[in-house]
Amino acid sequence: MAKYLMLKHYTMAPEYMQYTPMEEWTPGEVDAHIGYMNDFAARLKASGEFVDSQALSPEGTFVRFDGEGKPPVTDGPFPETKDLIAGWMVIDVESYDRALELAGELSAAPGAGGEPIREWLELRPFMGVTPSTTD
Amino acid sequence: MIGILERRGADFATAEDAVQDALIEAFRSWPENEPRDMKGWLITVAWRKFLDRVRAESARTAREEHAFALDTDAATTSADDTVALYFLCAHPDLSPASAVALTLRAVGGLTTRQIAEAYLVPEATMAQRISRAKRTLSGRRLNRPGSISAVLTVLYLVFNEGYSGDVDLAAEAIRLTRVLAASIDHPEVSGLLALMLIHHARREARFTADGALITLTDQDRSRWDSHLIAEGIGILETALAREELGEFQVQAAIAALHADAQRVEDTDWPQIVEWYDELLTFHDSPIASLNRAVAIGEADGPAAGLAQLDRLDETLPRYFAVEAHLRERAGEDESAAKLYVRAAAKAGNLAERDHLMRQAARLNSER
Repeated sequence: MAKYLMLKHYTMAPEYMQYTPMEEWTPGEVDAHIGYMNDFAARLKASGEFVDSQALSPEGTFVRFDGEGKPPVTDGPFPETKDLIAGWMVIDVESYDRALELAGELSAAPGAGGEPIREWLELRPFMGVTPSTTD
Repeated sequence: MIGILERRGADFATAEDAVQDALIEAFRSWPENEPRDMKGWLITVAWRKFLDRVRAESARTAREEHAFALDTDAATTSADDTVALYFLCAHPDLSPASAVALTLRAVGGLTTRQIAEAYLVPEATMAQRISRAKRTLSGRRLNRPGSISAVLTVLYLVFNEGYSGDVDLAAEAIRLTRVLAASIDHPEVSGLLALMLIHHARREARFTADGALITLTDQDRSRWDSHLIAEGIGILETALAREELGEFQVQAAIAALHADAQRVEDTDWPQIVEWYDELLTFHDSPIASLNRAVAIGEADGPAAGLAQLDRLDETLPRYFAVEAHLRERAGEDESAAKLYVRAAAKAGNLAERDHLMRQAARLNSER
């Protein structure tokens, strides 16, 4: 089994954001989208592949150490052009192919007109902590 | 003493160890603070020590009825000891998170694992939080009493956490508040209990089958639990009759006025505004001012509500949600839709965010 992170973004370069924003959908389409997401997580729990899922607020700041005795430097709130993580799901699956398949399914969540929004998701393998015992 | 513990379900060996632990505790704390009822004190402490031992051995076993540290068996556990334990767990030296964890552990008898699950943190993290809290309190057992308001704040924090995992924290908070109310006669304890009961009565109506939020206005009031509401209102009326008003009684009065309305249009908004004015005399809280603006918007119309809102800080949580609602009622759908989107970005939880996004979508698709 291998763990993967599926990352969702609030904002990306325009060429990656080709769907109608949610506030311009109908309420029924919003419900259908949320329902699809919930069903997806429920199915992964049932198949034993779900690890964690969290959503992040779009509000936040960048912070940096500014030397002993000084308060940390902040730069923010994030300007809208910055690539903003909206949330993630962690899955534990048999293979890379299975991870790709699931990310594809998640990206097919319905949007305006019930059409798949086809949003870009980032799929990242977890690094292990220790070498395997057979190395 | 060992016999008493055995009759309560303890095995002999553990009971013996627990009594020994209790005697050590007595040597430590009695010179400073001698209890009025030494035997009762010893039995109570020995029983807790027994429970600690049992839990340490089987932290993963499900909570059982007999693992209820606050057995209110009057013959052996005095109400004073019960109350002392609540105060200790809400000690001002503890952070709110630690006080909450310790209260659930020591007063509520939940396992560390259950508390960790309820607060979505690893079990080791919660175990550490609880043991640090215990260290902070070591040597301060059952002496310096804290304030009742600290105890009530902790219980209200637990209540507001709601439920996730297999532990229903709202129900647990109500149970703990009931035990406290039975042990101490204080109008604010009654006020908090009434507030919790009335809120809890609406729980089933607050979400759709799919988990979407339903606001007070749109709730199906036939799904409210009328028995809980009646109980809450009864408790509140008795408390109010004593004329020692406090914040929780006022909040319960507001909740009661909502609960009393058969239909949303029957809500007595002018009286709700008066209770918010009262609430602000106790504590000039910006959140209470924001809720007051909502009530004024209902009592005197959206323009009056917006005028009140204008005097508040827009960084307040839910500020834009309130403004969106008032603008929509004022017929300004376009700006309301934009404000709902803005409010969604500031929402603190998914249910609220999705709800606000749905409001924006509704206005935009109606236009």
